[in-house]
Amino acid sequence: MEYFLQQLINGIVLGSIYGLVAIGYTMVYGIIGMINFAHGDIFMVGAFLALIAFLALIAIGVTAIPLALFLVLIIAMLLTALYGWAVERLAYRPLRGSHRLAPLISAIGMSIILQNYVQIAQGARVKPLPPLIPGGYTLIEQGGFAVQVSNIQIIIVVTTLVLMTVFSWLVSATALGRNMRACEQDLKMASLVGVDIDRTISLTFVIGAALAAVAGIMYLLYYGVIDFFIGFVAGVKAFTAAVLGGIGSLPGAMLGGLLIGLIETFWSAYFSAEYKDVAAFSILVLVLIFMPTGILGRPEIEKV
Amino acid sequence: MAAANESDPRPRSAKFDFAAALKDAALAAAVAFGLFSLMLGLRSETGASGRLEVVSRPELLAAAVAAVFVGRLAVALIAQGRVAIDFARALPAATPAFERLRRFALPALLAFALLVPVLFYSNRYFLDLGILVLTYVMLGWGLNIVVGLAGLLDLGYVAFYAVGAYSYALLAQNFGLSFWICLPLAGILAALWGIMLGFPVLRLRGDYLAIVTLAFGEIIRIVIVNWQSFTNGPNGISGIPRPSFFGIPFDSSAAGFAARFGLEFDPTHRIVFLFYLILALALLTSFVTLRLRRLPIGRAWEALREDEIACRSLGINTTNTKLTAFAMGAMFGGFAGSFFATRQGFISPESFVFMESALVLAIVVLGGMGSQLGVVVAALVMIGGFEFFRQFEQFRMLVFGTAMVAIMVWRPRGLIATRTPSVFLQQKKIISADIIDEARE
Amino acid sequence: MNAAGEILLEARHLSMRFGGLVAVDDLSFSARRGKITAIIGPNGAGKTTVFNCITGFYQPSQGMIRIAHTDGKEFLLERLPDFRIAAQARVARTFQNIRLFAGMTALENLLVAQHNRLMLASGFTLLGVFGWPGYMHAEQAAIEKARRWLDRVGLANRADDPAGALPYGAQRRLEIARAMCADPVLLCLDEPAAGLNPREAGELNKLLAAIRAEGKTSLLLIEHHMGVVMEISDHVVVLDYGKKIAEGPPAEIRNDPKVIAAYLGVEEEEVAR
Repeated sequence: MEYFLQQLINGIVLGSIYGLVAIGYTMVYGIIGMINFAHGDIFMVGAFLALIAFLALIAIGVTAIPLALFLVLIIAMLLTALYGWAVERLAYRPLRGSHRLAPLISAIGMSIILQNYVQIAQGARVKPLPPLIPGGYTLIEQGGFAVQVSNIQIIIVVTTLVLMTVFSWLVSATALGRNMRACEQDLKMASLVGVDIDRTISLTFVIGAALAAVAGIMYLLYYGVIDFFIGFVAGVKAFTAAVLGGIGSLPGAMLGGLLIGLIETFWSAYFSAEYKDVAAFSILVLVLIFMPTGILGRPEIEKV
Repeated sequence: MAAANESDPRPRSAKFDFAAALKDAALAAAVAFGLFSLMLGLRSETGASGRLEVVSRPELLAAAVAAVFVGRLAVALIAQGRVAIDFARALPAATPAFERLRRFALPALLAFALLVPVLFYSNRYFLDLGILVLTYVMLGWGLNIVVGLAGLLDLGYVAFYAVGAYSYALLAQNFGLSFWICLPLAGILAALWGIMLGFPVLRLRGDYLAIVTLAFGEIIRIVIVNWQSFTNGPNGISGIPRPSFFGIPFDSSAAGFAARFGLEFDPTHRIVFLFYLILALALLTSFVTLRLRRLPIGRAWEALREDEIACRSLGINTTNTKLTAFAMGAMFGGFAGSFFATRQGFISPESFVFMESALVLAIVVLGGMGSQLGVVVAALVMIGGFEFFRQFEQFRMLVFGTAMVAIMVWRPRGLIATRTPSVFLQQKKIISADIIDEARE
Repeated sequence: MNAAGEILLEARHLSMRFGGLVAVDDLSFSARRGKITAIIGPNGAGKTTVFNCITGFYQPSQGMIRIAHTDGKEFLLERLPDFRIAAQARVARTFQNIRLFAGMTALENLLVAQHNRLMLASGFTLLGVFGWPGYMHAEQAAIEKARRWLDRVGLANRADDPAGALPYGAQRRLEIARAMCADPVLLCLDEPAAGLNPREAGELNKLLAAIRAEGKTSLLLIEHHMGVVMEISDHVVVLDYGKKIAEGPPAEIRNDPKVIAAYLGVEEEEVAR
């Protein structure tokens, strides 16, 4: 039982990270109907930027961890958002009118560029970081097994909840959110009624990237090690989460993220750790075959 | 801008708005600074203490930002100057001159290919490169049936390549069957696999299909890696029998190829044979594709790509049509996989990563969907170019990705973006991509 | 045996709901063989939805749609998948927003319409690959048929032009020709006169009348263009907010107060008076 609870906690934490990345996928797909293949690598860039920023802060003498992390958060979010903006401007916007495959190939190309850019710039070796936020709490202790929740885990979940709340407010109550929802419904019509669709789409990418950056930071703090390839698998899993929850739905992205995180954690805990990626991919396949609109998605009626 | 001046090629220097161009460039440089500041300006390295530290590289950062500034300035000025080469039209779409070039190009390339082993007999490196390019051409032509003709987004083509390779390896090793028996068997297995995979997923829309096929490709690779008892896992399968010349082995023995034909033994014989073998397989793929294009099934594939709903309204069972495309593409992928296995003598899961699928897809799309010549050109450029940049190691993938993005942005429909009708009453008119662009999705 | 004038298509208690929205509400009507039946009504009345139910793109929430062929075979369209409705029940359609294969030539478009017959003739491709003469004949026949239809719609000299390059009116005619190449028993036309100028509309009328005169295909059309409706249809069904408000010959419909009210938006009390 204790083992189960521990896995539950671990799964929720992992799920939060996936959920934050999934939001980026679902927002972009909702607004321009495109799978941003490079989004997973934006997450990876965010992790790297956080790492470098942190090391730089240490080097110039900012050693107080809370302050450093706060600054890292701001810097990484801002710069990753810039990456998100740049990717959209360079690789997707010029292709907005063309056929389906063009932005997909462009996105794959972008993904390759980002991975190799980071690999060249920072080296191919993994980057380890010693644990920065030590400590935690023991919830239950029985039979020699302690169910623990570490401070970093608490921070991850709390941060995610805060961000989700802020973000939901943003989408439902602000003009930007309204514009985003309008573009999601009908892009051409939105532009005809005066919504600046270029700006709205750019902001969608920017926000998605910023959230991915937060996920990247949390990944870095949680696992303590990153390399230039983490974007690919995390990206597919986060996309699976977005689809599972219902592509285009924000609460769906979060829900999907949690589910994927839980499934992956329980699968590797109770079955086999080697095949845990297969579990995620298989879920993707099954969901798309049997439930393509996902759990919270809206069924799409195609107008003939 | 007055159209009357378009015939005047001299730059109208009076019209250069340096201020605007500079502003553009400055903005680009500022963005570049933001992007490169941490990533290029600093580098995380393991310091003396064994822990990570940052090392600053201000020169690299400055150089990169300067490069962006200069580049953007140049682009802005060129755009203003109307000395402009209209890049979008640089490769003419459907003019008669281009058409003559196109008709001439394929036979010329074929002739060249036939002569390669003769011309480059002593250059083993070049022969190997030729085999590699032809393998990708075949894969491209195979995937072309799925993506180019039928318009199905397949991001997992490598799965069929893997099935073909592993089928061949396992059949050859466990049952001792010859290449000529294993090849069709591997193709059939791959086709069956294609049908199995395709059946549940082909009703999915565009992007979703792409992701599902990607997932399938990854699942197959992970299973291969982990199912050690069957596939030998990450160690791969070695000792795969080498090809023989219809039963005559390519060795130095008295019964060997060299001895039989009165030649001096040379390991290059086998390579030349492999070259012509892959050339033949690739040509088979192309021949079948061109033939099928003229038949109802091929026309149905192209109609499917244009508008699936219209197809269904005409009574076409689009599920079967898609499955057929998928299975055909899978079969040729399987053939290519068999060839790969016998050529290398050794296969491992590392050869079947997602990147391969992406590469073949890129070849098809960049070449221009449905175009046989386009695939050849794209394969030559990508694979040949890739090899050419081998000395640049790390940078080649970066250049590769950049090329993908750049070509897509420049010509979203690919390099050879025209379509030849499969049947005509009076005159075969080449259809340019612009028309197809207006099609629904 | 079903002869001309008999009921070809019958819809009974047809309803289509999308979540809470009722697009078609308990609709019953029939179309007769050898006649042109028009479905009219203000925008949003549910006309295209009815079409989509008949041609299998939507599955009706309720109701029955039956079609009867001259050889006695009957099909329940609410159960069949869309392509079977086209292939077996022989119901063809055109679309409100033209759905041609824009990147293919006019001729190719018409050949695709004959796909099923050609597939059989090509032995599901296998015979065709080897140049089987049976297939070659079938293909020639198909091209001939396509040529005849291109002639009839005045596009003979544009047979080799990509469909997407044709002017709007020509595209509409091509779409009709394509549907006819599938040899339908019932042809459903979704606003065939949309965007046509008076001359083109007149030509459309002639074409539809000619199709009717041939006796092999009956027509069901959605139309806003009253000139076309009144001049050419034998029978008119009027929808408003998903419900049938009138059915009968054009002359009757033209003077029906309920119909006038629906189009002009007059208050219900005024209609009752």
